[in-house]
Amino acid sequence: MNQVHTWLGILVVAFASVVGDVLLARAMREVGDVHDLWRRHGLWSVVSRVLSNPNLSFGVAAMAVAFFSLLFTLSWGDVSLVAPAAASLTFIGNAFAARVFLHERVDRRRWIAAVLVAGGVALLAG
Amino acid sequence: MNLRKYLVLAGVTVFAAAGDSMLSHGMKQTGNISLHHLQGVLLALLNPWVAVGIVLLLAFVVLNMNALSWADLTYVLPATSFGYVLIALIARFVLHEHVSPLRWFGIALISGGVGFVAGGPMLTSHPEQVVPVGAKPATLSSGLES
Repeated sequence: MNQVHTWLGILVVAFASVVGDVLLARAMREVGDVHDLWRRHGLWSVVSRVLSNPNLSFGVAAMAVAFFSLLFTLSWGDVSLVAPAAASLTFIGNAFAARVFLHERVDRRRWIAAVLVAGGVALLAG
Repeated sequence: MNLRKYLVLAGVTVFAAAGDSMLSHGMKQTGNISLHHLQGVLLALLNPWVAVGIVLLLAFVVLNMNALSWADLTYVLPATSFGYVLIALIARFVLHEHVSPLRWFGIALISGGVGFVAGGPMLTSHPEQVVPVGAKPATLSSGLES
C-alpha cells in the first residue's frame, strides 16, 4: 500500500475517533453529573440513563470503527507514523468538533493545550 | 474542583497508561494474531497481563465517562494526556529503556499542555445547548464550576 492509502487510513481513524469522543461527551453531558445522580437516584438510575442514551451507542460504534480502521491502517503503514499522526489529528479535531457540536468555549488557553499535547504525542510516539 | 474530581482525572490518566502497558506486555507474550486464526484472540484473553489490562481499560472507560459528565471534552482530553508522560517515565526509570532527547521534549510539551488546560475552567458550554427536548437541565448545572 502506498502513502496515499496510509494517510487516508489515518484520516479515517482520526475522524472516527473524533466522532466517537464527541458523541460520548454529548451523551454524558445529557446524563449529567453521575455522582449527583447516583446520590439522589441510586446507581441503577445512572446505569439506565447512560445505557439508554442513543448518543452513547453511536459513540461506541464510531469508536469501534476507529479501532478497526487503526488495525487496517497499521497493516499499511509504519506504526511510528500511523499512531502519532492519528493521535495528534484526533486532539486537534476534537478541539474543532467540541467548539462546533458541543458549544464548548475553546479559548486560546485550550487551543495552546491541544497543540502542545498533539505535538508532544507526535514526538513521544514517533 | 474538589478532591473527587481530581481523583477521577488521576484515575483516567493512570488506568489508561497502566491498561495499555499491560495489554502491550501481554500481547508480546502471546504473539501475533491473524484474521485466519481467531482462536488466538481467546488464548490471548487467558494471558493474565491481557486480562488485567482489559479490566484496567474498562475502569478507564467508566472514569472517563464520569469525567465527561461534569467537564468539557477539551478539558478532559489534554488534562488526562499525562498518561503518555507516565508511560515514558516508567520506560525510563523502571524498565531502564533509553528515552531520546526528542522524546524528553515531547514530555515537556505534553506537561505544558496539561498545565495550560488545568489552570482554566472545567466546563464552559451551556447545559441547555446540549440537553435534549424534555430533559431536565437542573442535573447539569452542578458542573458549572472552576
